[in-house]
Formats: sequence, structure tokens, C-alpha cells
Amino acid sequence: MSLANKYPKEVKQILSKYPPEHKRSAVMPLLYLAQREEGYVTKTAMQDIAKMLEITETDVAAIVGFYTLYHDEKAGKYRMQVCTDLPCALRGADQFIESLCGNLGIKVGETTEDGLITVEGVMCLAGCDKAPMFQVQGPDGIKYHENMTVDKTMELIAALKKTAGEAK
Amino acid sequence: MSKQVTLTIDGKQVTVPEGTLVVDAAKMIGIDIPVFCHHPKLEPVGMCRMCLVELGRPMRDRNTGQFVMENGSPKIQFMPKLETACTTKVEDGLVVLTQSAKATEGQKGTLEFLLTSHPLDCPICDKGGECPLQNLTMAHGPGKSRFIYDEKKHRDKMVPLGELIYLDRERCIQCARCIRFQSEIAGDSVIGFDERGRSTQIVSFSDPGFDSVFSGNTSDICPVGALTTADFRFGARPWELEAQASICTQCPVGCNTTLNTRREAKAGGKIVVKRVMPRQNEEVNEIWLCDKGRFAYHYAEGKARLTKPQVRKDGKLTRASWEAATKLAAENFLKAKKNFVILASGRLSNEDLFNLKTLSEHSEGKAYLYSHMAGGELTSLVGVGEGTNFGKMGAGTTIVVVASNLYEEAPIWYLRVKQAAERGANLIVMNARETKLDKYASFVVRYAYGDEVKTVNDLSKKSKISDSFLKSENAVILYGSDGLGVSGSAAVASACAKLLHDNDSVGKPNNGLIGVWGRANDQGAWEMGFEVEEDLAKVLKGKAVYIVGADPVADDPKLAKALEGAEFVAVQDVMETATIEIANVVLPAQAFTEREGTLTSGERRVQRFYPAVPVTGDAKADFAITSQIARHMAVVLEGTSVSAVFDILAESVKSFEGLNYDKLAEVKPQWPIVGRGDLYYGGTTYENAQGMGVQLSAAAARGEKLSIPRVQKEAAPRPKENELLAVPVTKLYDRGTTVRPAELLHERIGDASVVLHPDAAKELGVEAGQTVNVSFNGVSGEAVVKLDDTISVGVALIPRSMGLAIREPVAVKVK
Amino acid sequence: MAHVLLRHRDIPDINKLEVYKKNGGFDAFKNAVTKMKPNEVTDVVKNSGLRGRGGAGFPTGMKWAFIDNKNWPHYVVANADESEPGTFKDREIMESNPFQFLEGVAIASYAVGATAAYVYLRGEFWQVVAFLDEKIAEMEEAGYLGKDLFGTDYSLKIYTHLGAGAYICGEETAMLESMEGKRGQPRVRPPFPPSYGLYGKPTIVNNVETLTNVPLILANGADWYKKMGTADSAGVKVFSLSGRVRKPGNYELPFGTTFRELIYTHGGGVQDSHKVKAIMPAGASSSLILVDDDKVLDTPMDYASVRTIGGDLGSASVIVVDETVSIDWLINKTMHFFKHESCGKCTTCREGTYWMSHLTERIHEGHGKPADVDLLLNVAKQMQGKCLCALGEFSTMAVVTGIERFREDFDKAVKA
Repeated sequence: MSLANKYPKEVKQILSKYPPEHKRSAVMPLLYLAQREEGYVTKTAMQDIAKMLEITETDVAAIVGFYTLYHDEKAGKYRMQVCTDLPCALRGADQFIESLCGNLGIKVGETTEDGLITVEGVMCLAGCDKAPMFQVQGPDGIKYHENMTVDKTMELIAALKKTAGEAK
Repeated sequence: MSKQVTLTIDGKQVTVPEGTLVVDAAKMIGIDIPVFCHHPKLEPVGMCRMCLVELGRPMRDRNTGQFVMENGSPKIQFMPKLETACTTKVEDGLVVLTQSAKATEGQKGTLEFLLTSHPLDCPICDKGGECPLQNLTMAHGPGKSRFIYDEKKHRDKMVPLGELIYLDRERCIQCARCIRFQSEIAGDSVIGFDERGRSTQIVSFSDPGFDSVFSGNTSDICPVGALTTADFRFGARPWELEAQASICTQCPVGCNTTLNTRREAKAGGKIVVKRVMPRQNEEVNEIWLCDKGRFAYHYAEGKARLTKPQVRKDGKLTRASWEAATKLAAENFLKAKKNFVILASGRLSNEDLFNLKTLSEHSEGKAYLYSHMAGGELTSLVGVGEGTNFGKMGAGTTIVVVASNLYEEAPIWYLRVKQAAERGANLIVMNARETKLDKYASFVVRYAYGDEVKTVNDLSKKSKISDSFLKSENAVILYGSDGLGVSGSAAVASACAKLLHDNDSVGKPNNGLIGVWGRANDQGAWEMGFEVEEDLAKVLKGKAVYIVGADPVADDPKLAKALEGAEFVAVQDVMETATIEIANVVLPAQAFTEREGTLTSGERRVQRFYPAVPVTGDAKADFAITSQIARHMAVVLEGTSVSAVFDILAESVKSFEGLNYDKLAEVKPQWPIVGRGDLYYGGTTYENAQGMGVQLSAAAARGEKLSIPRVQKEAAPRPKENELLAVPVTKLYDRGTTVRPAELLHERIGDASVVLHPDAAKELGVEAGQTVNVSFNGVSGEAVVKLDDTISVGVALIPRSMGLAIREPVAVKVK
Repeated sequence: MAHVLLRHRDIPDINKLEVYKKNGGFDAFKNAVTKMKPNEVTDVVKNSGLRGRGGAGFPTGMKWAFIDNKNWPHYVVANADESEPGTFKDREIMESNPFQFLEGVAIASYAVGATAAYVYLRGEFWQVVAFLDEKIAEMEEAGYLGKDLFGTDYSLKIYTHLGAGAYICGEETAMLESMEGKRGQPRVRPPFPPSYGLYGKPTIVNNVETLTNVPLILANGADWYKKMGTADSAGVKVFSLSGRVRKPGNYELPFGTTFRELIYTHGGGVQDSHKVKAIMPAGASSSLILVDDDKVLDTPMDYASVRTIGGDLGSASVIVVDETVSIDWLINKTMHFFKHESCGKCTTCREGTYWMSHLTERIHEGHGKPADVDLLLNVAKQMQGKCLCALGEFSTMAVVTGIERFREDFDKAVKA
């Protein structure tokens, strides 16, 4: 099903933000919409967006490839993106991500066996004063979690697991 | 004229128009500032940082605005940072240092950065020998790498972007010339960058990959060996190649080409064409070629070439001498008297066609042009006028494209018309279906097949569209045969000619009528006085037929049947065709790569082509064969010197008056400057040193009285109720004799297809991609269904030369 | 002193429309639209001495005056792509004092004749964008945005646009490209956005903090603003303090406050009572200021003074580095960042950051030779002045100053 059929209200609202002759601007919000369900942008979705905006599929793919928050491959349902950049690293971010991964039994970049969590190390998230911190990119968008400890994070993961279980 | 600006580059003063970029100004006085991302045909981007130069600007007094003087000349203040010559526009008094220690250091730095990622595989790289990066490295590069080789980023080296173009990801220097060419010039944004930073790489997501008919040009302007054509890849080293000027014979645009040849063991030590390259002619194809022109040349070298004259004995073709074969043909032609018919195609040169036409005039015969499209007597009457150049058209000019899908029929015209529209020309596209050019048009008129004449006539009735046309300073109409046969295209041509004539848009530069013909020299045939015939079968049946450069038996079962009933058939061709199966005499002709001659383009430009490879077997040039036949018929025609034929032609055909081979070989300075030592500037396109050709005068310009035939009401039949009307359309890559032998293009040629409106398909219960049976006119065959919701429900489009013989609109059954 | 920007710290619930209104909210905008000509608004901002808070410090009023009035329509784009490591001020402003920021956007739009303004937020600010969208809707509801405002014929819409993870989009022309639905790569300048911006139309791009200053400048006058701060750096600034301090966070202080006051009075001093070894005053893009002498800490934080100790104030994202940190580790971190964020458009940055990150990694991991340190310094210098935009230039700052000012850390790393 095309995006316009699946999310008619959202698509209309997105397109209304930009001058009609520059509807190409809508490519970024439409990609977020396309990513909502599967956590990544499928080839069909790219074709769909290209058609809607009268650009080529290659033009759309070039956008997906450029920005780090778009994905063209499936990963965990929740991407736990831990900032390990300089200011956070000065406040223990490297140790945090390492022990978090240790607890989960995965390496950075890997996904837990149940397919729920992928842990990624990312660049600065503008939460430097509240390190260690990370964001969770999931079906409902992106949410920040700041002043975190490994214990608090494991609680969060348990809660996410519960929600995912209930959803099933 | 725009304002002129004077600046100094490396101590040399130069005066150039305002707005010129420093890098181009330097080029004009012979100073080559090294570049990679800059290309004079593309918008400046300043990405590669190769063209770093030192810039000084004259100091101005804050109060008076005058230059501050020092020792009698303006005091120059140099900028602390180097700047890119490719993004800086000239200014009065600007001082540019391209070779100073600081500039050189900057350029060397950029070169070193590029080399950290570039592989050292020049010895096996196709670009080696004509590679800007290699040349600049040899000249200025460091002798030793400071980057640890083990840390080089290794990437895929054989990535097909499509089946025509391969990408070597290690060699790519991310200059984006190819991507920018595709989006800015070709308008097919089908390649792009994926990822970012050092991981940036070129990708194509189109289906098929790199879906553009201009893809080959990217390999010319690629400044490294990242993009290579599947055709030339690992084919030869550039320094082994000879270069011969030629003209593309695939369509009426007449692109100037260079044939690169080499003696080759694989070909038994023969000299063969290794690749076709563009040759600069800013008035025709600039520095571009379409992929059909670049890759379809293989037919001339095909195994199916005719090498010896043959005559049919006891039902079998048997080798014969030239004397015997031509004599047999001549005797039969003489015997036929009024029943002698010449059927010649626009694949032939002007000289060939002239001799054929003269032969028909000196015997009792008739000469027909083998074409599905008519109206050429009118293009010859009303122009376009001498000096017409799409490259100079912009605001003030209206270009009308009617019944033609230029992207498929004449790609370089598509590209030139698109660019003229982008420069401000008023583009009116009239077609029965959506075409790629619509996007660039000021007005798009969608009509139903059959309404072509009415639509053209409406341009003289009051409307916003007609206003834009009538008030335009200049007007050019390109008409084609989308959905039309001989009579339909004749009707459209007369409507267009009348409109132009009434509007005084004839006989002047950038005014007049252009036919989008099926073949390269159809216009030449019209100039010689050839005619087309709607019912060819009728005029062939029972006659003594001299078929030159055409394969009617393969094209159309109706014609095959007519020829079976012919009295006598002589076939003169380059290759074995289906028609020779019924021939009494077969005469082998030389391919255009093996001989000299001239062609007349759709813009009525006469251009010379030159021999590039040795003659195959005993083949002779067409004009010479005709002359030999003529001699046996007691008609004297020049048969030895092609330039002498041209001289006689120029004396007899008015529009050619005053022309000769020397004039056609003249060149004038062109911009941008290409093809010299600095391959990094314009790419590997060839400089034109062999002639830019001459445009013919139109009868209108010579002050002759013009008589435009009466315009019909309707161009072609419209679909009747409960009937599907098949209409012929043209596809770039078809199964024609000059395309099919190029194996590389087979995927693009694809299967025979029938295009339906989605509603029509629904009604018939067929789906896109499904194979159906199509039958009309006693012809029947399989075709794959394609859908197009811009056509009317009652029509079915059948591509020409794709296995279903369609000459004009006809009722069809699809099952 | 009451806050000018972080007013939520003084006035609870200022993120509620009623509370904001009660505290003088939208008066400045209404006054401008109903009583002032656009160029008069620009003049006030010009006279206030307000300079861009995104890092470059360009005079805001002067930028507005550059708008090309021969080419229409005009746009205002608020730069909320806050991505510089160590910077987290715009996020707090938008989350806690959103109306003042949006009123600033509105006033700027009126001043330059824009009837559509966009807020470009970094993609990670997913929650912020939802919040701002609500606030914009509230303003529309209350008649502060929309058609024919305050009974005049001036209309304005504000839209949000979410990025998707690219530091480079903080560069104004890359941001415009991104907004146009293209890859966020910087354009060649000139032309600058006030003449050729969004969709090729004249556009003013201002940072969130910059714009948030505007309502109070208009309400209280240029002189009121100019009195705060120093002669060359007027007004107040939000300093984002991070790194090895006890109380990291945003601190709104007048320009000219010393590093010492920021770090010790407000930031509570260095963790574990260590000594300050180096300061990065403008995030990862900074030069490393060597703190070998108490006088350095007493330097006033304004554009001119910071330059005297070998750095640039930039966005005032002060990262504090103490003596437990080895500089070879630090620049390996920053190089990893810049390599990851280089857009790949220009050769210098694309290849230079890649090469430098190889070298910093090798040195930091103990595989380097002394010559590698010299090579690293040389490569960084070879990049300087040759990049298409500031990202590439900035990537070299910590490398060059790190090696030049903390050579012993590198010597140790290549020896070990």
C-alpha cells in the first residue's frame, strides 16, 4: 500500500508545509513516515516517494544514504543510540556503552537475539551535560534518556520488552 | 554585447565578458588551470579544490571608489586564502597567480589528498593515457606516498551501473561530473551519491540501471577511469588508437563523431573501430552523443556483411563479377522501361542518392524514398534557414514539437531543445501522449491521435498558446510521425509549413520546419527530389526494382509479398538482409566507415564523413555501383570520385549551390576549447579539425515562390467505437538493421510491445507485462503489454521495427 | 540578574501561552507589526550590537539589512540544528522558553518581509519538534500567527522541518540544501543566503539563541541590551559548560564573564578537584586553549579576548579538559567525529579527515612513530584555508593546537 493510502492525513499535512513547486522538500518527513513501520525504508517506499515528489528513485536513495537517521536495512525494533562523543566520553560514555553491551551480551552495532535492541555508538546528541545519555529510535520516533546508568537502562529495556510482548 | 572585464592572469592581460569564470578566462589565453570537478558545460561547484589560485584585488579608496595607485599602477591586495578559479568570476583589475609558490602548494596538496584514496592501477586502467589525474600526477605529483598503502580504502572495482556503464569505486574521486551531467544536461537524474564523507559512492537506483540514453557521455567527462563503457572497457589503450572524423548515421541529428580504430589480432589483423567518440560541433551536438550513436556502430563490422556481387542462378545466389552483376541489373532495368523503380533509403549519402535520382531521371524509372514519413519537400522549401542553431536559441524563440517523442527519436535534439527552453525559449509540446520533453515546456497540448492537423491549425487561432507563438521573434517547428504514417505526416507537414509561412517564420535563421526523420539522410533524399509513396506494395508489384539500403521484406510482409511478385529485384546493401533472399542480383556496398561522402541532417546541414577502416571484401561505394549500372544503361554518371559527384550535385541541386568538399571541411573556433593536452577541462571529446559542415539555403531564403499544398482537415483516422486503433511510434533502440548487431544494446531493445491505456487493458482483461497476441492488416504476432494512462483509451501503440510491421494507423485486435 | 534567554528559570510555566503573554509576551511582535516599519525593526537590532550566536558572531542586524529586496518571496530559517559537540543551549531554550524563540522568529520574519519561516531542527530533536508544533498551533489559535495579523495585511506561517542526522546541516547553505530535499552539502559562497537562499530566494538564517534575544531587545530597546556584555560583544550569552566539571549545564551570563567564574562559581569546579588542563571554548571545532597559568582562567569570555589566548569563542560551548586526559585521545575523538560528519563534497575535507583519523588512531593506539605526529600536523596544515566550508577547517583546529601545545602527550603515545 502506498504511503498516501496508508497515512493520508500525515502525507497531506507534510506536503502542505512546502510550496507546491518545491514539494521535493517533503522527502525527509516522508522518509520518516516510510520508516515508521519496519524501522527502515524499503525499496518500494523509495519508489513511492519518488513518484509522489516527481523525482527519481536515485534522488531518494541519495537522501537515505546521506543522513544517519534513515536506514535501509532492518535492525532491532529499538535502536539504542549512545552518544560516545567527546563531551560524553569525558563523563564516562565509553565505559557506559561497554558495560551495557556486556550486560546484553552483544557488541556495539549488534542486535539482541530477540530482535528488540540494537546498540549503536553515535555522535553528539546535544545532551552533553546529562551524560551518559542515549536516544532510542523506534516505531514512535526518537526519545532521549539522560543521566543514565546501566541499571536504569536495563530497566528501560525490560519495559520495552514488556510493551513489545503485549503488542504481540 | 555584455560588459567586458579586463584582468591579469600570470602577467598576461585578458579582456573577457562579465560573468566569465577565472578558469575559463585563463583557458582563453592558453593558461591551463588544473581542474577535476569543473566542466565548462556544467554549473560551478568548487568541490575538488584542484584549481586553487592566488587572487589579488586592486585596493579602492573608500571615499572615491577609485583604485589606489602605487608606482603608476593599482595597488593590489592579495587574499590571505587561496581561492577556486572555477567559482570566482572575473573582476576589473583582478590579478590571478596560477603558478605562484602558494598556488602550486595548494594544488599539490589537493592532488596528494586525491591520491590517498586512488588505486595505483594505471597500467590496466582504460583511462590510462588520456587521464587527467594521471597527467597531473606525472607533472606535479609527489614521487612518494605519505599515506600508508595498507590503509587505502578498498572498494568494488566492477560495479555495473547499468549494462552499458561500469563503475570502479576505487578510482572515483567524487567530482560529481557524471551526476551533474545527468541532472543538469541530460535531465535524467538516475545516478547519484550514496552515503557521505569518504564513503561517498555513485549508485543508480533506476530500472534498468543508469536509465538514460546519454549515459556514455559520463565516461568522456569522467576525469579518471571510474566510469568506463561496457563497449570499450579493456578494449584498447588510448595511445594505440587512430582517429577518423565521421558522422553518426543513426538519426537525422547528424552528430559529429570520431571513430577510434586499431589493427587487431582478434579481428585477424584487420583495422577495426574500437569506439565512437563525440567530435565537437557546438552547432549540432556540442560535445555529446547519445548511447545509440555511441554503441550501435557494430553493424558495419558484422559477420553478415556482403562481400561479393552475386546473381541468382537456378534459384541460388552465385558469386559473379561486378561487370556481370551490374550488367544483368542494367539490362533488366532497361527492359522494364516505365516499370523500373528505385527504392532507396536515407542511410545513403547525398552522392549516392544524387546518382540514383539522376539515373531515374535519365531512364524512364521512378525513384522512391523508403520512409514512413512524408513532408520533406516542405522542409526543403521553408527551411530551417541557414544559421539555425538550437544552441543559441533562448528568449524570443518559440520551439514547437509536434507528433514527436524527441527523446526516443533524436536524443540530441531533445537535449538541445530542453536547454533552449531552460535558457528561456518558449517551448510548446504537442503530442498525443506524455513525453519527457513535457517537463520543460511552457505549454503542453495533449490531443487525440488523428487530431494533429487541427492542433497545429489552432496555433493561428486566438489563445494564450497561439499568442506566445505568433508574437515570438523566431519560430521553429519540429514535426515527427508519432502515430502517423505517410499521409498523416504529409498532412501535419503542410499544416506546419502553412502556419510558418503565414507567420513569416521562413527563410531566416532560427525559423522554419524540421522533420524528425527515421534515417540520417532522409533530408538529403528530399533535397535530391525523392518522393515517398503511401502504398508501396502497389508500386513494387510486377516491377523491376532496384532496392538500395533497405530491407522491405523483413520490415513488412505486405511488401515481401509485393516483391515476390516483382519482375526483377536488385538489392544493393551493406549487409545480408531478408530482401536478398528474393533478389536476382546482390550488390555489396561499403559501410560508411569505409568510404567518404556527405549527409544532410534534419537541420539541413551538409556534413562530410571520412573513411576509417579498409573496405570489406569487394564492396564498392553506392554511388560507384549505381554509376556502373548506369553505364550499362548508356547513362553517364560519375563513379570514381565522390567529391566530383558532389560538385555535379552542387551544380544541379539549387539548395547545394556553391558548396564543395573544401567548404564543408572548414572549421571555426569553438567554445569551450576541448581536446587539447589538458584532457581535464573538456573531457576526452575530440576537437573538430575536419569540418563543421554547411547549412543549405531554403527556397524561401532564395526568394523563390513557395507553394504550400492545401492542408487536409484530418491527419489520420481516429479510433471508431468498439475498435482499437493501432498507431506506429518510434523507439530509440529497435530491431533495425543498424541497431540489432550491437549485442550490448539487446537488453534495451527488449521484446515487441503494445502500449495500452490502463482502462483499455482492463476491458481486454490483460495486464502490464503479459504477452498477448496482436493482429492487424493480416500481420499477427506476440507483444508484451505496457500501460500509459496519457493516451486515449481507443488506441494501441505499436513500436516500429520491433517485429510487428506497422506503417500507418490501422484497426487492431489484441488477445 | 534576571535571565534574558533562560527566563524559565525565573518564571515558572513560561512555556504556557498565558504565562508568556502575562509576562509581556508577543507585545514586541505586535508593536513591530502595527507600529514599526520593517527597516526600523532591523535598525533596533543593528543598534543593539546583537551578533549571531551560532558560532560565527556575524552582526545580526547587518545580516537582515542584506536581504535582497528585488527578489521575492523572502524566507526566514531558524537554525536549530544544534550539533556541535558540547552545545546544548538551543534545545533548552526551545523546550523551556519556546514562545520567546518563536516570537523572535516572527519579528525577524516581519523585519525582512518573510511570510513563511521554517525552523530546521536536527533529526534527533523529535520530541522538541512535537512540542514546538504544539506551541505554533497555540500561537495560530491565539492570532499571533496566520493571516492579517493584528488587523494589518501582514501574514506569517511558521513551519518546522526535521533533519535526519547530519552535523553539516548546521552550516547554513547545507541546511538550505537539506530543506530543499537534497543531500545536505554546503553551497559555494558567494552568493550568500540573503540574496540566494531557500529555493534560490533571499533568506535569513539565524540561530535559535540569536532569535530568542530579539523580543526583549525590541521591548527594552537597543541601549538596554548593549549595556550588558562588552564593547565588542554586546549582551548575554548562554554558555554550555561540559566535560570534567562538577555541575555541567547551561549558564546565561553577560559576555566578558571569565572562564574562572563559569567553571568554578557556576560549574562547581573540576571533578575530583583536578586541575584544568585545557579548554575548548567552541566545542569540538575549537582550538585547545592551554591552561598552564592562572591568568588564562581569568580571561573574559568575549569574542576579542578569547582570541588573545589562542582560541575562538564561537558558540561558547565550553568543554573543560583536566590533567587526567591525554590530548592524543582527545583529538582521536574529535577526528572520529569530523570524519563521520564530513559530507564528502570537497576533496580536502573528505580525504583530509579520513587521513587524519587514520593517523590519530594509530598514534592513540600506540602503533605510531614520532614521524606520524609530524605528518599529522602537516596534513592538518595542508588542509587549512583550502576547504569548501568551515567544517573541514574546524576539523584541523584541535589537531594543530593539540600537537603544538601538548606535544608531550603525543611523544608519550608514540614512545609507549
